[in-house]
Amino acid sequence: MILTTVIVLAIIALSSASLLFIISKKFEVREDERIAIIGEVLPQANCGGCGFPGCSAFASACARAQNLDNLYCPVGGAPVMEKVAGIMGFEVSVGDAKIAVVRCNGTCEARPKTSEYTGARNCRIAAGLYAGETDCSYGCLGFADCCVACSFDAIHMNPETGLPEVDEDKCTACGACVKACPKFIIELRKKGPKGKRIFVSCVNEDKGGVARKACSNACIGCSKCFKVCQFEAITMGTNLAYIDSTKCRLCRKCVAECPTGAIHEVHFPPRPVAQSQPQEATPESRS
Amino acid sequence: MLKTFRIGGVHPPENKLSAGKPIEMFSLPQEVVIPIAQHIGAPATVVVNKGDRVKVGTLIARSSGFVSSQVHASVSGTVSRIEPIRDGSGLKKMAVVIQRDGDEWEEGIDPTDTLVRHIDLTTEQMKERIADRGIVGLGGATFPTHVKLTVMPGNQATHLIVNAAECEPYLTCDDALMCLHPNEIIFGILWTMKIIGVDKALIGIENNKPQAIRTLRNAIEQEKEQIGSASICVVPLKMKYPQGGEKQLIDALIRKQVKPGQLPISEGAVVQNVSTLYAIYQALAKNRPIIDRVVTVTGKEIPEPKNFQVRIGTATRLLVEAVGGLPETSGKVISGGPMMGRTIVTLDAPITKGSSGVLVLPEKESRRNEMRECVRCGKCVSVCPMGLNPAFIMRSTLNKEWEAAEKLYAPDCIECGSCSFTCPSQRPLLDHIRVAKQTVMALARARKK
Repeated sequence: MILTTVIVLAIIALSSASLLFIISKKFEVREDERIAIIGEVLPQANCGGCGFPGCSAFASACARAQNLDNLYCPVGGAPVMEKVAGIMGFEVSVGDAKIAVVRCNGTCEARPKTSEYTGARNCRIAAGLYAGETDCSYGCLGFADCCVACSFDAIHMNPETGLPEVDEDKCTACGACVKACPKFIIELRKKGPKGKRIFVSCVNEDKGGVARKACSNACIGCSKCFKVCQFEAITMGTNLAYIDSTKCRLCRKCVAECPTGAIHEVHFPPRPVAQSQPQEATPESRS
Repeated sequence: MLKTFRIGGVHPPENKLSAGKPIEMFSLPQEVVIPIAQHIGAPATVVVNKGDRVKVGTLIARSSGFVSSQVHASVSGTVSRIEPIRDGSGLKKMAVVIQRDGDEWEEGIDPTDTLVRHIDLTTEQMKERIADRGIVGLGGATFPTHVKLTVMPGNQATHLIVNAAECEPYLTCDDALMCLHPNEIIFGILWTMKIIGVDKALIGIENNKPQAIRTLRNAIEQEKEQIGSASICVVPLKMKYPQGGEKQLIDALIRKQVKPGQLPISEGAVVQNVSTLYAIYQALAKNRPIIDRVVTVTGKEIPEPKNFQVRIGTATRLLVEAVGGLPETSGKVISGGPMMGRTIVTLDAPITKGSSGVLVLPEKESRRNEMRECVRCGKCVSVCPMGLNPAFIMRSTLNKEWEAAEKLYAPDCIECGSCSFTCPSQRPLLDHIRVAKQTVMALARARKK
C-alpha cells in the first residue's frame, strides 16, 4: 500500500520537476549579459540623477545605446563612465571638465521691466506667450525652470539680480538646466584650470543700439573683442560675440576691450592696480 | 429648443457693449506696418524694395508654398522700411512699412460697393483667385482659405458650415458685418458651396444676434433666385462658449463628432467664418485682396465702444485714441477677446488680418490670482468642450510625463480656456496643457521620422 503511494508521489514529483525544467528553459528571458556587468560598476545609489529609475535601468539603457553621448552617471562621474565604455567596447575619450554657465547679466538694475507678467511662473510658458517683462526678448525670464530642473541643488535664483547662479562645487554638468531653459541661455562650458573661464554673458541678437537700450550689460556686437583675440577663439554672430571655450587661452585681452562689460572673467586674480580697467567678477561674487 | 454642442462649455459674461453699433470707416493712417506672416504656414517672401511706390492692392509679399498666403499693400504710397518690427508680443517679426500718399487703388480691383450677383469663373479659377488675393480665415486662426477649400481625394464634403457664432465676449465685428452686408455674404456662401461641391449650407449663429439673424434670413429670401435648389439655412444656437470652435459647431449643427487627430472634412464638413466668406465674395466679385477688416474697439471703461473698418497695418494706438484714449485705470490691452486673445505689450502693434478686436481691461480685472492646490472638484473636466481632463494633463506637464499626456489626448486641446476660466483654485490649466500639447506633438513628429 505504502509502496504504491510512494511510487505515485515520486512520479508526480518527477513529472512536475521535468515540466518546470522544460518550461523554464523554453520561456527563459534572455537578458543582455552586459547589463549585469555594467550594473556591478555602478554606485548602486538608485538616486535617479542619470534620469533613469534606478541603476539597473541605467545599465539597460547603456547596453542598448549606440554611444554614451546622452548617458552619464553624475554620482559615479567620469571614472565610472570610463568603465562602462570599456565594457561596451566604446572609445574612451577623456573630455575636459565642464560646468553650466548662465550667459545673461540682465540684472533687475541693468535691464528695467517694461511690462508685468501675472501668469504661470514658468519660463517655458512665459516664453511661449511673449517676449518677457523687459525690452530684451532674448534674456533670462527669471521664473527658475533651470532651478527646478536641477537635481543637485546646484543652481539658485538670486533675488537681487533676478538671475540664476551656479554653485560651482555642486554642478555635475549633467545638462538638465541647459535643456530646461527655453531661451538657450545656459551652456555647458569648459570649467578651465582652477575654474578660470571667460565668456560673453549675453545672447541678445538685436542691433547694438536696441540691445543697449534694453539692457546696459548687453553685447552690442561691436567686434572689438573679435579683433583683439589672437587665438581665433571669438566668432561674431548676429550682433553678438561668442567665445569658444575650447580655443580660449584665458589671456583676458577681450575682457579689457569690451565697452559694455558683457564679457566676464571668472576666478582670475585681480589685475595689477596699474591697469585702468575696473575689476571684473571676483571669485567671491561669482558662485 | 435651441441647438448647441453636447460636451462641456462655459458661460462667460457676454459684454457685447458694441452690439448694434454700425461699422465706421476708420480714417486712413499716415503709416502702415504690414507683417509678412499674418497666416498659419510659411511666411510670405517680400517682393518689394525700399523706395518702391505701391498702390492699394499691390502685392508686397508672395506666397511661399501651398500652405502660405500672399500679402498686399493696404494703402498707396512709398515703402519706407523692410525690417523686423516689434509686434504685440514684444518679439520682432519681418514687416513692410509704407508711408501713405493718397488712396490710389490697383487697376483691376473694383473698390465700389455695388452688389455683384454673377461671376464668370470656374471652380479652379475661383480657388486660384482666393489664393492670389491672400484670403485667410478671419475668425482669428488665419488659416489659408484656398487650402481648406481644396478637398483632398478620399474626402467628400457634404456641408458648408458658416461660423457666425462670435462666441468670444465683447467682440461684435462679425455681427456688424452681417447686418451691413448680408447679401454679399450669401453670395460668398453660394460660390464657396460651388467650390467644394455641396448643396447644403448651415449658418450657425448665436441667439444673441437677433438683427443679424433677421437680415441674413431676409437676404436669403431676396436672393432665392440665385440660390436656386441649393439650401442655405440660418440656425440660431444657444449661447455657450466656445460655440465658435469648429468642432463644437459641427456637433451643434449636424450632430457629428470629429475624431481625435482628424480634420472636419472627415465628417464632411467645411467650416468658414462669416467674415472670411465676405472676403471671398470681395475676392471673386471685385478682385479685392484683404486690405482691411472690421475691428471691435471696446472695454467697460471705454465711453463709446465701436466697430471700425480699419486698413491692415494701422497702429492699435490710433484706434484707442479714436475712442478717447486709454482710461486712467486701465490694466491691459488685449488683441482679440478676453478668452483667447493675447495681451499686447505695445500700442504700436499693427492691426493684422487676424485682429478681431482691441479690448481694454480695467486694472482690477487685469491680474491673475495666486495658483492654489487642485481640489479634484472636476469642474474643468465637466466644462472641457473636447472631453479632456485638464487637471490631469496639467499634472503630467508638471511631472514631465509626456506619455501620460499623450494618452490623455493633449494634442486635441483647442486652447479655448474654459478650464482656466472655471478652475476655483485659479490654476493656469491652459498654459500647462499647451506645453503638453506642443511637447507631445513634437515627440510624435520625431517618432514619424
